[in-house]
Amino acid sequence: MLPLVTESALNAGLRNGVVNRPTVDMEKPTGHISEIILQTQELCVSYGAKRVLHNISLSIPRRKVTAIIGPSGCGKSTLLRCFNRMNDLLDNVQTTGSILFEGVEVNDPALDVIELRRRVGMVFQKAVPFPKSIYENVAYGLRIAGIRNPRILDEVVERSLHRAALWDEVKNRLRESALGLSGGQHQRLCIARAIAVNPAVILMDEPCSALDPRAAARIEDLIGELREEYTLVIVTHNMQQAARVSDYTAFLYEGELVEYGPTRQLFTKPEKKQTEDYLTGRFG
Amino acid sequence: METKSLSLGRKRADYFWRRGEPLVWATAAALAAVLLFIAGFLAIIAWGGLRAFWPTAIVQLTLADGRSLFGRITAQETNPDTGEESLQIKVANREQDPLRQDFRWLPKSEISHLAYPEKVLVLERVENGDWYGCLQGLSGPHIEASQQQPTLQDFAAAMGRVRREKAAHIDPLNAEIFSLGGELQKVGEKLLKVRYRISRATGAEAERLAARADELETRSRHLKDRSDELGKLRRQKLAELRRNVAVMGDAMGNETQIALLDIVRAYQPNVMSTPAKLFHYFRKLLELLWENPRESNTEGGLFPAIFGTVMMVFLMAVSCFPLGVLAGIYLGEYARKGMLRQLVRIAVNNMAGIPSIVYGVFGLGFFVYGIGGKLDLWFYPERAAAGTPVFGTGGILWASLTMGLLTMPVVIVACEEALRTIPRAFGECSQALGATKFQTLVRVKLPVAAPGILTGFILAMARAAGEVAPLMLTGVVKLAPQLPVDGAFPFFHLERKFMHLGFHIYDVGFQSPNVEACKPMVYLTALLLLTLVLLLNGLAMGLRGRLRKRYRVSMF
Repeated sequence: MLPLVTESALNAGLRNGVVNRPTVDMEKPTGHISEIILQTQELCVSYGAKRVLHNISLSIPRRKVTAIIGPSGCGKSTLLRCFNRMNDLLDNVQTTGSILFEGVEVNDPALDVIELRRRVGMVFQKAVPFPKSIYENVAYGLRIAGIRNPRILDEVVERSLHRAALWDEVKNRLRESALGLSGGQHQRLCIARAIAVNPAVILMDEPCSALDPRAAARIEDLIGELREEYTLVIVTHNMQQAARVSDYTAFLYEGELVEYGPTRQLFTKPEKKQTEDYLTGRFG
Repeated sequence: METKSLSLGRKRADYFWRRGEPLVWATAAALAAVLLFIAGFLAIIAWGGLRAFWPTAIVQLTLADGRSLFGRITAQETNPDTGEESLQIKVANREQDPLRQDFRWLPKSEISHLAYPEKVLVLERVENGDWYGCLQGLSGPHIEASQQQPTLQDFAAAMGRVRREKAAHIDPLNAEIFSLGGELQKVGEKLLKVRYRISRATGAEAERLAARADELETRSRHLKDRSDELGKLRRQKLAELRRNVAVMGDAMGNETQIALLDIVRAYQPNVMSTPAKLFHYFRKLLELLWENPRESNTEGGLFPAIFGTVMMVFLMAVSCFPLGVLAGIYLGEYARKGMLRQLVRIAVNNMAGIPSIVYGVFGLGFFVYGIGGKLDLWFYPERAAAGTPVFGTGGILWASLTMGLLTMPVVIVACEEALRTIPRAFGECSQALGATKFQTLVRVKLPVAAPGILTGFILAMARAAGEVAPLMLTGVVKLAPQLPVDGAFPFFHLERKFMHLGFHIYDVGFQSPNVEACKPMVYLTALLLLTLVLLLNGLAMGLRGRLRKRYRVSMF
């Protein structure tokens, strides 16, 4: 597949947050898919009177890992939750601005949120397996979508567990309660659960912060594997992790997007003084 | 070194307060006191109840003035002023006392001699309590020759013969009279209905109804005649059977005749072996659980009361739990956060604190007179007019609904709390997978909340089983002639009045003229009520434990 834009142009565009309006690309009769899957324009979010995100404009490339870093309370998670409108579940949240997912306005009140969440999956910091069997946990998304055919379910469960690198550990106890798994296995189970509904994007909200280093390393390996098929957006407060797993990194500070670019560039030659200070541990 | 040890010493005293040592002791002491209190309370009830059936020995007391009597020593007391010791003795033989008392206090100084005669026999009777005495003879039409100095085997054989006679001749009569009574009641109800319709009909309709009323009246008269006839026959047969008597001698040698028909059970406690005593004991326990009460509830069994209590609790659960859970789900999941929801929650919580008698009054006004009265006007106007309402009077249905109202707040609050305390992550995980709020509720939240909701059910059932005050206004009676469930169509008679263990305690213990005689029954009833509550709770707790294991909330 031919890239529509060159790497460097993409990078420059990413920084400005304006390159490659996907809507334009969708209208092109080339049959190519845009390189940009998610794009925000002047996104603002407030909790009641408190503004937590200011004019965020960034574009998230397809089949890459994008990390969002920043100090606690800078709005990383809020930004992530905008992408599948999880903020709707909280009271008192107002969102303005635009988010385009595959050229479709996410903030459109008429949008089918259920469908959006199926296409934009999410993995949380706390891995919460449902109090059901391992099999039923993975099949949950399909069952609520009304799929009952056991052959399809079996197949999807197996494939999802394979992709989440959990299959070999649980294949003999699929019908046992998911609560008997370890913490790291819980998180991979949640990833398998998210994969099962076949999303285009997987949002990860600090997926390793509650895990021990070994379990975290496994998740990181898994992220590397998943990038070949999915677009991943990962929020982390662990800068080393962002440097290790991501292709692009966005640095958020007090609700504003300070800098956004290819990870290597952002970590080695940051353009903004604030970024450099944060990366070197001078504040944050 | 010295300064160090000095500072250590200071620290130790300091630590005592800083580590909260006194508080630890106070908490432990408080818990121990509570446990001791509960254990003591249970022990007193269990002891008072369970020892009642043990066949204790009968003593023969010879008094200083030469009189002699049989009795059981039931208590001992010292007069604090004179230091005189007295024994409380159950002397039974109620007919021999001018005041019909079967307990007597005797000063120890008056008792000159104590003996345990082997031959003394205890007769448990259908009426008038026990009889203590020695068997002197048997006589009657169904006993082969009059027997002087009969053995216990002769007595048992005679008893068997009398019982067989009763089963062959009297029981069929009883059954027929009973069924006649049922028929008579049905005809009476029909007649009432027809007469009611006559009072508002005119012309040909009235004449037709009048003819029908005549017909019913004739039938009713026939039934009544037949019933009277059978009753007369039964009285004759009973009188004949009653002529079979045991001649009993008391401690002084005076002879009394006691009809074998009136004897429930006979035993010789002074010569019984321990296994025989145990057998007797468990027979009595079984009787308690399965038989109807006798002698204004002070003897016999408690089955109707147990049945009534259990059925009332189940009806309460069926009527109240679904409603409470639905209301709790709305409050916990769907109601918008704000002043109104807070007000509703406070109101529901306060409802749990309203005195139960207030619920009783409400139940009487709303369910019995309001809804019940309306039902009667629609379906049984003739009964309402005749002053014998069907639904417009207390019944197990109204009592259960009142109780359901009383326990509803507990269920609502438990359900709401259980849903609210589920970590938000559960709902988010589910909704992030594309589940709707409803799917999340049904598939994830309710299973996780189930143990909490069941805890609410347990509390509600325990409260419902123990409450008495509201029932007294809405349908409990001291003696219900029929169970609310029987073989007659439509099998469940929810308009019937019922018996209840809690009310039984009040009635037997505080409304009965023979206080001493009903003491064991009060203990036993309390024990049974406790056991019942424990059983119901155990059932729900077991279920909750299983659910908890399955839906344990785990967070990493």
